[in-house]
Amino acid sequence: MCQPFSLDTLQEGQSARVDQILATGPMRRRLQDIGLIQGTQVKCLQKSPSGNPVAYFIRGAAIALRLEDSRLIYMQP
Amino acid sequence: MGLTAKSTGLGAVDQGLLIQKQTPADRVIALAGNPNVGKSTVFNALTHMRQHTGNWPGKTVSSAQGVHTFHQTNYILVDIPGTYSLMAHSQEEEVARDFLCFGGADAAIVVCDATCLERNLNLVLQTLEITPNVVVCVNLMDEAAKKGIRIDFESLERQLGVKVVATSARQKQGLTSLMQQVEALFGQSGPPNACQVRYLPAIEEALAMLIPVLTPYVQNRLPARWVALRLLDKDESLCAALGRFLGLDLLKEPPVAAALEQAHAHLQNAGIAQQTLRDKIIACIVLCAEGICADSVFFSNPQHQARDRKLDKWLTSRKTGIPIMLLLLLGVLWLTIAGANYPSALLWQGLYWIEGHLTNLFAFLGAPGWLHGALVLGVWRTLAWVVSVMLPPMAIFFPLFTLLEDFGYLPRVAFNLDNRFRKCGACGKQALTMTMGFGCNAAGVTGCRIIDSPRERLIAILTNNFVPCNGRFPPPT
Repeated sequence: MCQPFSLDTLQEGQSARVDQILATGPMRRRLQDIGLIQGTQVKCLQKSPSGNPVAYFIRGAAIALRLEDSRLIYMQP
Repeated sequence: MGLTAKSTGLGAVDQGLLIQKQTPADRVIALAGNPNVGKSTVFNALTHMRQHTGNWPGKTVSSAQGVHTFHQTNYILVDIPGTYSLMAHSQEEEVARDFLCFGGADAAIVVCDATCLERNLNLVLQTLEITPNVVVCVNLMDEAAKKGIRIDFESLERQLGVKVVATSARQKQGLTSLMQQVEALFGQSGPPNACQVRYLPAIEEALAMLIPVLTPYVQNRLPARWVALRLLDKDESLCAALGRFLGLDLLKEPPVAAALEQAHAHLQNAGIAQQTLRDKIIACIVLCAEGICADSVFFSNPQHQARDRKLDKWLTSRKTGIPIMLLLLLGVLWLTIAGANYPSALLWQGLYWIEGHLTNLFAFLGAPGWLHGALVLGVWRTLAWVVSVMLPPMAIFFPLFTLLEDFGYLPRVAFNLDNRFRKCGACGKQALTMTMGFGCNAAGVTGCRIIDSPRERLIAILTNNFVPCNGRFPPPT
């Protein structure tokens, strides 16, 4: 069993599965709305010019997440 | 942006739930869908209405309605706010849910984005829990074809249990078959056998305890299974809405309260705490959508994705992202301001020429000086000024902005700039609403609906005014 790591440490081009979502409130619901639940595959597409936010590929769509939000999503390889 | 008397003013917010039937035989169709899937385009194409056309998301202020006549029957289409779910997390979701449940719709069309169907199916599945009288409209088929996405509609229909129609509303394709399927809903002997999401065994058992108790209260007016699920989920806004609709507070009815307590105890024993119940419910819906899409949606052109990514490397990378963006936006502004000078000057000359003739006419009629001053130097000159200053830049700026939107460039601008806006406590999308403000502050403020966070949205609305809209550009001399 690998140690879970937070989504913001995922490098461009890498993929991983969601282990746990620690975000709460509207952000948690927003993530669930786009289909981000335990086990969902996420691929890191590209960082923005300043490195924050970062674009991810989630269920067929490109989604940009800020570091403060992606830090609260834990992943499994 | 159609700022008509109907879409602004006092009645603008709450006109949504009042349905104006022309004859009792008219059928009310709710038009639901995620934001930005071309729902308003479908609505406009069917009802020939224009006031809601625009190229930025989230512009359905309240529930617009229009009439489409098909085979001598009037269908009143109600364009409800675009939402991702019906869990009533936001005001829009509450309006959408209330209309589907209590608004008296005879059927619903759920508009989906063919380019990310899986995410859209969440809303379809949630709608099917409320009513089986649904036609699924998979829109933006042209975009999906460009991206190499192939959809097996037979498989979709088989799994969802309702009719699924492919459309490209912008090209007006597929709308006739959409209306044929809507018409067919009313010809059937019974409602379609719609797909129901299966929840975890413990949740299903808890539902089974509640449904028989609820059935006598809700009768045929609402599906007992869905009401049971929402009660289990302790959805307070729904309980309040149900109370108004049924005329009684379900939670205060002793049999319901007892069954609910028993069902909650059952969930607790099965290890599902109240806090995690909603997560589990959502997970079941998402997994159900995933399963349906696995059998129905195919990506046949992986190179396309690669091409998109390569373009992104240029448009949003550290080295080239910002320079390209500045050049493009400066180009748009330059074309707008420099380009507008010529038609502006022409318009001004033409209207000024008319003013001269009006002055002559007033002199010929021997009108008093104050009348000439008020009407010609006051009303006419102001009108001429406003038209010649504002019309040309708008006529150039908005089409250019739309072009950038169609290329999908605008979200990338927001992506590039989000960090700087975040440092000011705002959102990158504000870059778009502010740019919009150059054309017209009113349109910029309306566009602020695309910003999710209420605080960031308020900041965007309040500061939009600091963008000089073209009405505040220096007038031609």
